[in-house]
Amino acid sequence: MTKNKVRIQNAVTYGMVVLFWVVIQVMDKTGHLTSLFKGLLVPLCMYAILAVSLNLTVGILGELSLGHAGFMCLGAFSGAFLTNCLETAVPSVGLRFFMALILGAVVAGVFGLLIGIPVLRLKGDYLAIVTLAFGEIIKNLINVLYVGRDAAGFHFSMKDTTSLGMDKETGVVLIKGAQGITGTPRAATFTIGILLLLLTLFIVLNLIHSRTGRAIMSIRDNRIAAESIGINITKYKLMAFSISAALAGMAGVLYAHSLSTLQASSNNFGYNKSILILVFVVLGGLGNMRGSIIAAMLLTALPELLRGLNDYRMLIYAIVLIVMTVFNSSPKAIELRSVVMSRLRGGAKKEVA
Amino acid sequence: MAEMNTRRTGKSAKAVVAADRTAGADKTRAAAGQTAGTEKSDAAPTLEVKNLSISFGGLKAVDGFNVVVEKGQLYGLIGPNGAGKTTVFNLLTGVYKPDTGVILLDGKNITGRKTIEINQEGIARTFQNIRLFKELSVLDNVKVGLHNHHRYSTLEGILRLPSFYRVEKEMNERAMELLSVFDLDKECDYKASNLPYGKQRKLEIARALATDPKLLLLDEPAAGMNPNETAELMETIRFVREKFNMTILLIEHDMKLVAGICERLTVLNFGQVLAQGETSKVLNDRRVITAYLGE
Amino acid sequence: MGFLSYFISGVSLGAVYAIIALGYTMVYGIARMLNFAHGDIIMVGGFVIFTIVSTLGMPPLLGIIAAVAACTVLGVTTERVAYRPLREASSLAVLITAIGVSYLLQNIALLVFGSNPRQFTSVVTLPNLVLAGGALTISSTTIVTIISCIIIMIALTAFINKTKIGQAMLAVSEDRGAASLMGIDVNKTIAVTFAIGSALAAIAGALLCSAYPSLTPYTGSMPGIKAFTAAVFGGIGSIPGALIGGVILGVIENLSKAYISSQLSDAIVFAVLIIVLLVRPTGILGRKINEKV
Repeated sequence: MTKNKVRIQNAVTYGMVVLFWVVIQVMDKTGHLTSLFKGLLVPLCMYAILAVSLNLTVGILGELSLGHAGFMCLGAFSGAFLTNCLETAVPSVGLRFFMALILGAVVAGVFGLLIGIPVLRLKGDYLAIVTLAFGEIIKNLINVLYVGRDAAGFHFSMKDTTSLGMDKETGVVLIKGAQGITGTPRAATFTIGILLLLLTLFIVLNLIHSRTGRAIMSIRDNRIAAESIGINITKYKLMAFSISAALAGMAGVLYAHSLSTLQASSNNFGYNKSILILVFVVLGGLGNMRGSIIAAMLLTALPELLRGLNDYRMLIYAIVLIVMTVFNSSPKAIELRSVVMSRLRGGAKKEVA
Repeated sequence: MAEMNTRRTGKSAKAVVAADRTAGADKTRAAAGQTAGTEKSDAAPTLEVKNLSISFGGLKAVDGFNVVVEKGQLYGLIGPNGAGKTTVFNLLTGVYKPDTGVILLDGKNITGRKTIEINQEGIARTFQNIRLFKELSVLDNVKVGLHNHHRYSTLEGILRLPSFYRVEKEMNERAMELLSVFDLDKECDYKASNLPYGKQRKLEIARALATDPKLLLLDEPAAGMNPNETAELMETIRFVREKFNMTILLIEHDMKLVAGICERLTVLNFGQVLAQGETSKVLNDRRVITAYLGE
Repeated sequence: MGFLSYFISGVSLGAVYAIIALGYTMVYGIARMLNFAHGDIIMVGGFVIFTIVSTLGMPPLLGIIAAVAACTVLGVTTERVAYRPLREASSLAVLITAIGVSYLLQNIALLVFGSNPRQFTSVVTLPNLVLAGGALTISSTTIVTIISCIIIMIALTAFINKTKIGQAMLAVSEDRGAASLMGIDVNKTIAVTFAIGSALAAIAGALLCSAYPSLTPYTGSMPGIKAFTAAVFGGIGSIPGALIGGVILGVIENLSKAYISSQLSDAIVFAVLIIVLLVRPTGILGRKINEKV
C-alpha cells in the first residue's frame, strides 16, 4: 500500500518537472517567453537541484548545513576549469560539458566527504556554523587562486598572475584570482538543466526509499536507537552529506556553463547563497523534494517577476518570507488553518447533503 | 523462518567453538546451567558478566556487578530507582565503557566494544523512554532493524537493480512476519509516532528482534501501561521467548510481571548486587524487602 | 611597534565583536534561536547615528542615545512580531524568519539611504594617544571601544547575577518550562533579552562605524556573522566566552590581515573556529552536554 503511494508521489514529482519543461517549450515556440524569463530558466533548474540536494542533508539526514554554496563553488570552478583546459584536446563542447559535470560532482563529493569526517561529529547549530565557515573558506581560497598553463605544464599561485612564472609565449592564465574564469562556453541550456534536475530527483528519491535512505532517516529520528540496532552512524551521515555535496557540485557546473565569467564572489557563493537555498528547503518542507523544487522555482522567479516594482521587490520578498514562515509554522496559524479547513469542509458537506 | 533457523544454528556452532577456546578458563561455568529452559548446559551461558563497575565523578553507579544468564532464560533485573539498572544495560550495550569487569556473550568477550558491534554480536535492546524512529512507518522501523541481515548496496538501491526488488521483498515479508507476532501488521503503514503507547512499546521489541539477537534486553517494558496492557505484554514476552527461543534480560518495576514471568532475578541496590537467584526465593529475601519497603 | 599597533587594533575590533556576540549569546542562551538579523540591527544603529549627527548636525552623544532607543524598540518589535508566534515551532522556522527580518532591514535601509557608502563621522571626538615619542599611535576610538567593552561586560554580569530579571533570564535559559512553572514570565524575559541585545548592538554599531567609517545597508552582515562565530568560539550562552571569543577573533583577523593576506583573513578566522570546535565541540567555555540514554 505505502509502496504504491510512494510510487504515485514520485511519479507526480517527475511529471511536474516534465510538464514544466513542456509548458516552457510551448511558450517558447509560440513566442510567449520574454527574454528576461528565458534568462531565468537555467537558474531555476540550478536552484531546484541545489534545494533538492540540500534537502537530503537537512530534511533526510536532519543536519543543518549552511555551506552548500561552498560545494556549488567547488563544482563550478573544477567544471569550468576542465572545460577550458580541454578546449583543444576535446573539440566537442557538449562532451566537455558532460565531463565537467562529472568532475564537478566528484570534486564536490570528495570535499563533502573530507569535510564531513571531522565536522559531522558536531551537532545542531555548531554544525551549522562550521559548515558556514567551510563554505566561506572555500570561497576565499578560490578567490586568491591563480592557475596557469604553459608548455611546461600547470602553474599555481596564491598571489598574482606574475608569480605563476609562466613562459611568456605559451602561457595561458586559466583561473585568475578574484577575476575568476572567463571564456567558459555557455553550453548550459534549459533542457540540460531539466535533465539534471530529473537525474537529481532520481538519485535522491531512490536513495530515500531504499535500505540506505531508511538508515539515514533512522539516524535523524533517533541516533541512539539507530546505533543500538547496528546502524553505522558515521558511514550513513557521510554518505548523505557527500551525495548532497556532489549534487550541489553538479549544479555548480551547470551554473558555470551559463555565465561567460565565473567569479568566487560573495554574491555568487557566499553564505548568503547557502542561506537562500536553505530558505527554499524549509519553505518547501523538510524532506519534501517536490516542495523544494516548487519553493526554489517560485522564490527565484518572484523577485524577477516583481521587477516592475523595482526597488520594492526585495522588500516584498522579505515580507513574503516572514509571513509564509509564520503562516506555515506558527502553532496558532496551524490551528487557525485547520479550523478554517474543517469549516470549509463542513460547509461543503452540508451543501452536498 | 527456515532461513533464520539455519543462520541461528550457524551462530550457535560458532559460539560452541568460541566456548571451547575459553573452556579452560571457566570450568565452573558449566555447573551454573541448572535452570529450566536451558538446552545446552555444556555450552557457555548466553550472557556472563563478571565484576562490572563504572563510576561517574566519584559516584559508583555500578559496583562489582555479576550475572549469568543461560540460554533461553527469562531473567529479571530489579531494584529501587537509581540503583543502576539502566546503567547496567548501557554498559552491556556499549553506551558506556566499564571501568572494570568482563562481559561475555556466548563465551565471547565483548567488553568495551562499540554499540553497533555489540548489536552485530547479538545484543538488542529497548529503551525506558521509548525511542522509535518517529517519522518512519511502523514497517520501516522494523526494516531498519533488518538492515544488517538483508543487504544490497546503495548503488543497487539508487539504480533499482533486481537485487533491490528481491531483497526489499524479503525484508517486507520478514518485517510483516515480525509485526504480526506483535499484532501490529494492520498498522504497518502508520507513522510510528501515531501508534498508541502500548503498541509503541511492542514495536520497539519487534524492531530489536529484527536484528536477530541472541540476547534481548528490555528496559521497563511495562512502564506506563495499565494492568490489562501489562498482562498482555507478559503474554507477548513469554511468546517471544518460546517462538524465537530467545534469551531475555529485563528491567522492571512491576512486581507482578517480574514474579509472573522471570525465572531468576538479580536485585541491585546502590549499584551493588543485593540478592541473586530463583525468583520466589529472591522476592522473599529479607534484605530485598527491606530495600524496597524500608526498615 | 608595528606588531603592537596591529595587536591593539585587533583587540579593539575584537571588543566590538564581543559586544555584538553578547547579543547573539544571550538570545541563543535564552530563546534557543540564531538571530540572523542581529547584525542588521548594528547597521540600523549606524544609520540612526549617521542621520542625527551628520545630517541633522546634532551632538554624537544624542545620536548614540537615539540609536540605542531605536534599536531597543526595533529588537523588541521584531521579537514580538516575527519570533514570538514561532516560540513552539521548529528552530529552523525561526531561523528562516530571522533571515527574512535581516533581508527586510537591509532593504528598508537600501530604500531610504541607497546603496552608496555613507561617510560616518566618528562618535569619539577625543585626541589620539601618542606613545613612545610618536612611534606608537593608538586612536581614541580604539581606547574608547576597549573601555566600553569592559564596562559593558562588568555591568551585564552584575545585571544578570544581582537583579531579579537577570536571575529570571538564567532560569529561562536553564529550563524554560520549569521557569514558567516557577512563575517567571517567559515572554517578558525573552523580550528583555532582545532589548538588551539590541541596545548593545546599537553601541556596537557606533563603535564599529567609528573605526570603519563606511556605512552601507550591508555593513552589519559580515560583522554579525563574525560575532556569531566569536560567540560559538567562546562557547555559546557564556558571557565571558563571548568576550574571549570576540577578542581572540579580532586579534587573529587583524594580525592575519597585516602579516599573511588581507584576502585570506576571513578564511583564517573561520579555520581557527573549525579547529577549536573540533577540539572542544562546545567552544572554549561552553558546557559539555551529555545525552541521556
